[in-house]
Amino acid sequence: MQRGAPWWPRDPWPVRAGAAGTQGAAGSSAGMALSAEDRALVRALWKKLGGNVGVYTTEALERTFLAFPATKTYFSHLDLSPGSAQVRAHGQKVADALSLAVERLDDLPRALSALSHLHACQLRVDPASFPLLGHCLLVTLARHYPGDFSPALQASLDKFLSHVISALASEYR
Amino acid sequence: MGMKGEYYPGKLIGKVLKIFCISNFVSDMVSFHRLLVVYPWTQRFFDSFGNLSSPSAILGNPKVKAHGKKVLTSFGEAIKNMDNLKTAFAKLSELHCDKLHVDPENFKLLGNVMVIILATHFGKEFTPEVQAAWQKLVSAVAIALAHKYH
Repeated sequence: MQRGAPWWPRDPWPVRAGAAGTQGAAGSSAGMALSAEDRALVRALWKKLGGNVGVYTTEALERTFLAFPATKTYFSHLDLSPGSAQVRAHGQKVADALSLAVERLDDLPRALSALSHLHACQLRVDPASFPLLGHCLLVTLARHYPGDFSPALQASLDKFLSHVISALASEYR
Repeated sequence: MGMKGEYYPGKLIGKVLKIFCISNFVSDMVSFHRLLVVYPWTQRFFDSFGNLSSPSAILGNPKVKAHGKKVLTSFGEAIKNMDNLKTAFAKLSELHCDKLHVDPENFKLLGNVMVIILATHFGKEFTPEVQAAWQKLVSAVAIALAHKYH
């Protein structure tokens, strides 16, 4: 995957002519706001994941490191070998942040402001990396919940993640 | 761009390809249908396809099915020509640029949707290693398809 070019569309959810939706609190710069259906689908899935979100975010991290090796450059201080406790711990951090996002769908930029500041100013992670992890999380959930992973759920999750990514990148400059 | 390398993708991809080609997966054409549902702006290239007004309309649309089959067949060709993708896809690249006017960003979208479909179908077998090999392939195909753009 080319490092310089983000894989996600330049305008993730362009408002089409005649579309009724307007940008709500969760709209930010990512285009269309999350609809009631999007929120319901995401919340329902999160309820189903229960206490296992960390398991899946850890697997998503492992997939990201293998599929997109350049992302490992941000984790040279961690043991990235398979089954690493440090990767698991980081996976849990990601899980906690995503669960917070699911609870605060109406207010993502504010909910994730501190995390955005951390990634922008201290960690200085290239924001092009976030969609790579987002994609691998979708792959992980598709692999574990194939029966649930309808096109509608995939679309809603994809929108949710793009809003999270947008909130996370909001303090970069 | 050659595919053979540190992931021995031939071996890994071959394992998934055998099942990739079974008739019910091929006839589902789910990747292409899913692209049009999850990223609705991709429908812009298919005005002549008729009813695309809902996910079920897209799923039942015979032209979507037929086009999905074409795309999947092309992918099969890609797997046979992994060391020479740019040449193998040169004509298709020119077609997508000059006649179809498709933004190459869409090739990446379809590639990632295919990876997700593979994950739903193969579950445990779709390990991180297998996914990594497929990401390389879909990325290489996207690059090859964009290669003749001007």
